[in-house]
Amino acid sequence: MRERAPKVYRGPVPRHKEDDQVVYIDTDSAPRVMFSGEDLLVEDLPVGTRVVYPKPPIEGLVNPGAAIRYALNHPLGTEPLYAQLVPGMRVTIAIDDISMPLPPMARPDVRETILEILMEMLAANGVDDVHIIVATSLHRRHTKEEMRRMAGEKVFKAFYPDRYYNHDAEDPDGMVQLGVTSHGEPVNINRRAVESDLVIYVNVNFVPMNGGHKSMAVGLCDYESLRPHHEPATILASDSYMDPKASMLNTKISRMGALVDEHMNVFHIETALNNRMYAGQTAFLAKNEDQYTEFDRMKLEAMRWSLSKMPPAAKRKLLHSIPAPYQLIACHAGKTDLVHEKIIERCFEQYFVNIRGQADILICGIPFISPYNVNSILNPLLVQVMANGYFHNMYRGKPVLKKGGVMIITHPCRDEFDHVQHPSYIEFFNRLLPETRDAMKLRHKYEEEFAHNPSYIEMYRRGNAYHGAHPFFMWYWGENGRQHAGRVIVAGAQNAHVPAMLGWDRAESLTEAIAMAKSIVGPSPEITMMHHPPMVMMDVT
Amino acid sequence: MGRGAAAFYDLDGTLVRTNLVHAFLYAAKNQQGLVKSVVKTAFTMASVPLFLGADVYSRRLFNDVFFVRYKGESEDRLRYLADELFDNAIRPSIFPGAYELIDKSKRLGLRQVLVTGAIDFTVRPLAKHLGIDDYVTNRLEFVDGLATGRLLPPVMAAATKASWMRIYAEKENLNLSDCYAYSDSMSDLPMLSVVGHPTAVNPDFRLRGTARQHDWPILDLR
Repeated sequence: MRERAPKVYRGPVPRHKEDDQVVYIDTDSAPRVMFSGEDLLVEDLPVGTRVVYPKPPIEGLVNPGAAIRYALNHPLGTEPLYAQLVPGMRVTIAIDDISMPLPPMARPDVRETILEILMEMLAANGVDDVHIIVATSLHRRHTKEEMRRMAGEKVFKAFYPDRYYNHDAEDPDGMVQLGVTSHGEPVNINRRAVESDLVIYVNVNFVPMNGGHKSMAVGLCDYESLRPHHEPATILASDSYMDPKASMLNTKISRMGALVDEHMNVFHIETALNNRMYAGQTAFLAKNEDQYTEFDRMKLEAMRWSLSKMPPAAKRKLLHSIPAPYQLIACHAGKTDLVHEKIIERCFEQYFVNIRGQADILICGIPFISPYNVNSILNPLLVQVMANGYFHNMYRGKPVLKKGGVMIITHPCRDEFDHVQHPSYIEFFNRLLPETRDAMKLRHKYEEEFAHNPSYIEMYRRGNAYHGAHPFFMWYWGENGRQHAGRVIVAGAQNAHVPAMLGWDRAESLTEAIAMAKSIVGPSPEITMMHHPPMVMMDVT
Repeated sequence: MGRGAAAFYDLDGTLVRTNLVHAFLYAAKNQQGLVKSVVKTAFTMASVPLFLGADVYSRRLFNDVFFVRYKGESEDRLRYLADELFDNAIRPSIFPGAYELIDKSKRLGLRQVLVTGAIDFTVRPLAKHLGIDDYVTNRLEFVDGLATGRLLPPVMAAATKASWMRIYAEKENLNLSDCYAYSDSMSDLPMLSVVGHPTAVNPDFRLRGTARQHDWPILDLR
């Protein structure tokens, strides 16, 4: 048989595809779908643009209850939970707040499942003195309905409000100083937790920054204990704060957490969830657009049309009411570091995608939600924290964007704030940002004034407001993104003054934004789009 | 030396649940003689819609129609009843959050000042109880020991409160931009507007709307 001559490829040199989740836009590629606040955009991206998709969800555990029980009975580095229980002892259960996962997960929430198992075990061992504290730190108090949803009806009815409540970092009698670290960092923790014989921490690990020592040392602390690490220099020294090994934030918190472990008996229960954010009629949003079926396209158009006809508040209400069908993929219990190491490993497995080379232009669609606006508005400061903070930090190794590159985000950037949840943000945005965007200056000149403002303290304690210092933390959270990116352009911003106040440029459309970016980084840029949500993080080599 | 700062509080509805009418009702109920007590109480109760209407229209009109009810009251008796009024009616009506707000405010080193349209003798024991440094109130005019039903100037209401605060700040070397003000009522808009940190506390409908428009914090101390 005559041998066929090898086929010679005469087209452009194909790019090396670094990961299954990476797609390069070609001339016949479908337009990409991206969020712009509560709206969905359908955008044609330039040929050659690298689009990074989240990994498909890891299969959830078949029997989450059994996995949790197994973790409690086979903990890492300590005795099984039942062996630590003594009749009459005082137990405090601290749980992560609703800032994670996002959007809130479909019921039963993993916290509900764990709490019900814990309650059975505690009751069976004669432990009655049990309090449940939502570890809100300086986040807002949860409403009664939010607490009911998180813990489930059974636990809620039995414990709320006397024995199931929010942490209060401003309660003058409610905090105790455990000590001061070798670096002078004060560790102040919730009194009920400190005075308990055993603290059980129930964590939902959604981003690698969370969990571990952060659960106790941040979740149950006060303003004085947050100051040493929630500050610009620490953030700048965290490369990135989603990579615990390279994060100064993590180093400092771990140091403070070690002091907690030294003085308190804490049994950690950590969980990892998959990224199954969409199911049913919205499942198409997690797909590669090239693989959309005709029915997917119909659903997309129907969703876009409906959203375009609704006022922002109604869109928000609708989108916040769609729970995410996340599934438990791992549960471990026991000592802080041992447990966290296992969980983080599983998180990395779910979230990290390999990419080669940095981008000159990074495109991110900013969705309607962040950890700080559950059932609320993604106000301009939170748009900032999503762009310069979270999305910039979604890497290990090197940032996705080259130093001095251009970040393009899509968001309407309405000048809109929630007076109930974010009162201090309003003053920060309107009074301080026109004066300076320098994080160091803001911290030294104004942070304490806001933190000690009696109105903000009372709104935090009695209302559902974030602490007076919280907008500062949000600004610092964006510090390394702000210092790294040469320019941030907001495509589709509905006004000029919000982007200007944040130090950003505005473009009418994504096409215009890319053209503006090219005038800065050159005519043939490497463009990368992060296809959020669900969440994707990148190992950049 | 840098200029200081203060926290200015309205009283009725802001720090306490009671108001001017409660104080007057207490005096009415404790008249010498049962018949007089019943008549005065009933008459006051019947006038509540008038007071409400006048207050909605303007605080000045309210003052005109309200304080005339004190006409003929003995100064001694009113002062005598003030401590009782405080123990029995005002103290239980202090909003739980008021103590905390004042405490946090003191920790900031702010001078605590009440700026209220209430009558001086009803405010004195309350101010002492809350640890207030200074207060300005309305004062009844007395002739021969009997109330005339008029107020001595300046009458503390609406813009007068703001003017008084400006003068006070100048006299005490306070920087109004660093000062805080708390009120529950739209009639105190001028008082809230002259400071750098205004806060609407348990606000009425109109003040809530205005506070939202101005992006002022809205606080519930109840």
